[in-house]
Amino acid sequence: MGSLATYIARRLLLIIPTLLGVSILIFAISMVFTPEQRAALYVTSPKAASKIYQIIKKYGLDRPAHEQYFTWLSNVLRGNLGYSKSMNIPVIRAFTDLWPTSVEIAIYAAPFIVLVGVKLGKISAIYRDKLPDHIARVLAIVGWSLPTFWSAIILLAIFYGWLGWFPPGRLGPEAQAIVRSSEWVTYTGLYTIDALLNGNLFVFIDAVRHLFLPVLNLVIVGNAGIMRVMRSSMLEELNKEYVLAARSKGVAERDIINKHVTRNALIPVVTMAGVLVAGLMTGLVITETVFELKGLGYWAAHAAEQLDIPSVLAFALFTGVVFVIANLIVDVLYAYIDPRVRLQ
Amino acid sequence: MSVAKEVKKVPLSERIWFKELKFMAKRVRESPLSLAGLAIIFFYVVLAILAPYLAPPKPGRDPFEIPRYGYVITPSPPSPEHPFGLTQGQYDLFYGCIWGTVTAFRVGLLGVSGSILIGLTVGAIAGYFGGKIDEILMRIVDIVYAIPGLILAMAFVLALGQSLDNVIIALMLVGWATYARLTRAGVLQVKQEDYVEAARAIGSPHRRILLRHILPNSIFPVFVVATLDIGSMVLTASALSFLGIGAPLGYADWGQLIALSRNWLIGTPENPFEYWYTYTYPGIFIFTFVLGWNLLGDAFRDILDPTLRRR
Repeated sequence: MGSLATYIARRLLLIIPTLLGVSILIFAISMVFTPEQRAALYVTSPKAASKIYQIIKKYGLDRPAHEQYFTWLSNVLRGNLGYSKSMNIPVIRAFTDLWPTSVEIAIYAAPFIVLVGVKLGKISAIYRDKLPDHIARVLAIVGWSLPTFWSAIILLAIFYGWLGWFPPGRLGPEAQAIVRSSEWVTYTGLYTIDALLNGNLFVFIDAVRHLFLPVLNLVIVGNAGIMRVMRSSMLEELNKEYVLAARSKGVAERDIINKHVTRNALIPVVTMAGVLVAGLMTGLVITETVFELKGLGYWAAHAAEQLDIPSVLAFALFTGVVFVIANLIVDVLYAYIDPRVRLQ
Repeated sequence: MSVAKEVKKVPLSERIWFKELKFMAKRVRESPLSLAGLAIIFFYVVLAILAPYLAPPKPGRDPFEIPRYGYVITPSPPSPEHPFGLTQGQYDLFYGCIWGTVTAFRVGLLGVSGSILIGLTVGAIAGYFGGKIDEILMRIVDIVYAIPGLILAMAFVLALGQSLDNVIIALMLVGWATYARLTRAGVLQVKQEDYVEAARAIGSPHRRILLRHILPNSIFPVFVVATLDIGSMVLTASALSFLGIGAPLGYADWGQLIALSRNWLIGTPENPFEYWYTYTYPGIFIFTFVLGWNLLGDAFRDILDPTLRRR
């Protein structure tokens, strides 16, 4: 009956075919490789990897593709994603070891990307075709056109090479020593949060100092999409009749914009979350590589360079799953904000 | 056949193509930003055409192979013979940047046209026939969409083998999904029109209806998006080269030139920007090239937005 619960249930069922599809795509890419190369997808130690022909027999890597798919999928579902030769650990271990770095960058970058994008979009729409609009649009286009790796390099050359303010890596040597000492309690693996929980301000400041440039870089290149959606949705709202009514009633322009128009204009921005997540993951691959932050993106980039097949495929599968889940959350959120969506 | 002769031809000025093109030209003329974009693109076209004269390749060598002047690792600063300097491994930066323009056009144009070809076919079939075929094809589009472009392209290049041609193929395999969606939406709209109904009534085969009646009237947005896409294709390709899985070492490619500068971000204590030329020149080339396409595309974007259209 169009309640939120049934809507969520229906959406949950709908993501299953997409997730299966993503897994089939990844599997199809893996089938380009020879059975010898694919053996690395099934083992979890270098010792096992040396017995290639036994693995081919055991997992039926010379059998028809659909049989292999089910073997592979059941392996993946049990958390066996193969062995990463670029990291020298099983792929699943790489995920559990590396996620905090990427999550830490992402949770600081995402709010700023949205904030900057919304603000620019708002200014741009209010001053349509005037100077602030042109400036905001040029800023967004410039950010959108900048290669992520190049802006990262320029930021590093200026703020590290020249000024020495923001070094690459996750922590400086002193903070590194504190984090490795026995008194340090790891709660989350996110240094900024752990530092606060441990009551260590020095590590906190050091972690923030290392996060500043990567986050700035992601904000510079990532806000254009949000800005553009905010701008057009804001322009659409500004042309609606309730704005005219409010104006003729004598409501202050500031109140019209802040209390009515902005709120309504923000609704379509919610749908950008999926795009934001995809952009962040792409941005992380590059940003982590340039800033030497050993997270999931750094690992994926180095795996690709070293032809580490299981790692790249696992990372691609992972990003696909994250994207699908992010869109599910967006849809539910959207249905919550705008009840009309549930009824269709 | 006799019917066809009596049908009055639609005059050129009444055709949807003509009207849309006129509208696009008007948008570009009105917007100083897109005029700037057009000027940048024109500049790069000239640069690409003049490449053999600006940076003549050594006779008998592949022009895309950047000449080396020695084997020392440390870059050499700009000099009269090498106006942009020599990057890590003594590759000539000026030569690499100039011929990198040709590479960028090749990657962008081939990547986009390949994507259009696949996307147009899939989208037209899905939209025209509908039903189960539509459902299946659009699910495949969703799946391709689910994995971020750069990451999926990484996996494709890994599977196909490292080379610039395979980067272009990977870009096509990733990029077609957008065009499939656009084409399908257009076909669904035009399918309802009376002239399609009429064509079906006189017994035209599916192929003719699709190619002669539906597609010409529905693919305009595809070409608009294609302009927007060239910049982002070049960005993705250069990112792949930067990560070391695109063009082979020594190939004239902007992304790779930046990869070669990575060890030289930090200068000497006396001069922190000692090796500035290694990352500045190729970066400016990529950035302005993509900027040109995006500035031009920004004016077109409003054309696609039905809420802002012709207001």
